Amino acid sequence: MTTSKVASMHDAIAELVRDGDTVAIEGFTHLISFAAGHEIIRQGRRDLTLARLTPDLVYDQMVAAGVARKLVFSWLGNPGVGGLHAIRRRIEAADQTDGDSAALDRLELEEYSHFGMVARYTAGAANLPFFPLRSYFETDLPVANPLIRPISSPYGDEVVYAVPPLKPDVTIVHAQRASAGGDTQVWGLLGCQKEAAFAADRVIVVVEEVVDERVVRADPNRTLIPGLVVDAVVIEPWGAHPSYVQGSYDRDNAFYLDWDAISRDEERLQGWLREWVHDLDGRAAYLEKLGVERLATLRPGSAPSGSVDYGEYR
Amino acid sequence: MTGAAFTPNEMMVVAAARELAGRRVCFVGVGLPNIAVNLAKRTVAPDLELVYEAGVFGARPARLPLSIGDPTIVTGATAAVSMFELFAFYLQGGLIDVGFLGAAQIDRFGNINTTVIGPYDNPTVRLPGSGGACEIAINAREVFVIMRQSARSFVEEIDFRTSPGNLGGAGAAATRRRQGWLGRGPTVVITDLGVYRFDTDGEMRLELLHPGATLEQVRASIGWEVRVADGVMATPAPTPEELRLLREELDPGGVYLR
Repeated sequence: MTTSKVASMHDAIAELVRDGDTVAIEGFTHLISFAAGHEIIRQGRRDLTLARLTPDLVYDQMVAAGVARKLVFSWLGNPGVGGLHAIRRRIEAADQTDGDSAALDRLELEEYSHFGMVARYTAGAANLPFFPLRSYFETDLPVANPLIRPISSPYGDEVVYAVPPLKPDVTIVHAQRASAGGDTQVWGLLGCQKEAAFAADRVIVVVEEVVDERVVRADPNRTLIPGLVVDAVVIEPWGAHPSYVQGSYDRDNAFYLDWDAISRDEERLQGWLREWVHDLDGRAAYLEKLGVERLATLRPGSAPSGSVDYGEYR
Repeated sequence: MTGAAFTPNEMMVVAAARELAGRRVCFVGVGLPNIAVNLAKRTVAPDLELVYEAGVFGARPARLPLSIGDPTIVTGATAAVSMFELFAFYLQGGLIDVGFLGAAQIDRFGNINTTVIGPYDNPTVRLPGSGGACEIAINAREVFVIMRQSARSFVEEIDFRTSPGNLGGAGAAATRRRQGWLGRGPTVVITDLGVYRFDTDGEMRLELLHPGATLEQVRASIGWEVRVADGVMATPAPTPEELRLLREELDPGGVYLR
């Protein structure tokens, strides 16, 4: 019987996320832990380096709330909708006039491609000094980011590009289920959560439900992350809203569309953060404010997998 | 467009879908490519395997995906894989016939910018960046570009090269071979005005003009002296069935195409 790692979101963030940390809330459009992002905002963390392939709304909110100093990413947008305006205000010339005391601090950027980011987590997880890939040839990306460097093959005259390992201080992932010990099972898009978790010093798993260890053991192929590398398990149903959880709820696309107008207006955005993050004491209050009717519209129909027989071998 | 039974955007997506006839494995990009590929799947290329960078091979989306990582691309798919597997084995391993890309800026050689307008360190407009586009441009066997045409997007010089096309023109194929790229780069550019292919020296040339579009419009919306094929042809108009699929199944809300 393994020890329970179940913790409240408040305690998990309080204990495991520190000022100045590199934090990766991963999950590619799927399983994005907005619940953790909001708790980090509430607890007022500062100077974080936020890593994520697609910063998405969660990092737009966190940047607007002032928790971040730097962004490490590969695609900066509101998927299927448009831009991330709070982040853009921290980058674009019109909002970054030198000497303007009202200007927001410029956000430091470290930019890759998707495969570059995935390769960085992979190198971090595998304890390698770099990862080689056939990307970046004849582009301006290695100029914009000098950490992307050409490297010669030791076995021939080929040159490929290398990216450095990314080892977050904390990786946070959302999942369908885990045991109390942190053995985490995921289905649907897998993104690079496994790589990001193994690469990290500390791991928080947020789940729709905690299940008996026997449920995990009945289907070991579905385990993405073992409790071995997990520090805390937080039970937070709907914790990925407005993103989605395969089989549990759909993306709240209306919110992704609404966010465009909210985030274009700094004042309105700060009002949104007050109303939906600072003035609430946690996810339960957020869900209550959102209302059961809205949540009900996000429930998908059913499409169960068949089951397989692992066999009994005594 | 007065009197026309379809919009320029609808014509663009239909023309793009038709280019996929005979292709087997397609890597789908966000936005317009998403619609074009899903239309092709329902018309000229029913056996097309759709690959999404989010980690899906053989998707059978039952609705138009809201984003590149919609849950509908998973349910009923052949395989849901990690992004490492997708980029390393499927794309870099050489299994992708066509990569579909959009662009904010493109030059005459099909080099693409999706990163910044203005200088990188202090941009006028910060765009999304590469995502998977840079590796698609290098490793997909060929690249189709779909984008609306304007003097701001078809430019003499792009502000940032996110995804390489035919580089400086002649010699691009040799560079690709020497550096071990699997792809031969962009082969077609589909816009709301027409369809372009590439000459052997790497420069694009107008091949098809969409119904309702004029050469004057084309020239006014390109930042260089555009090449026009001798006897440029008219793009066949969308069929009633193509329009029905777009309007009733793929974009019923008219979000992308009106």
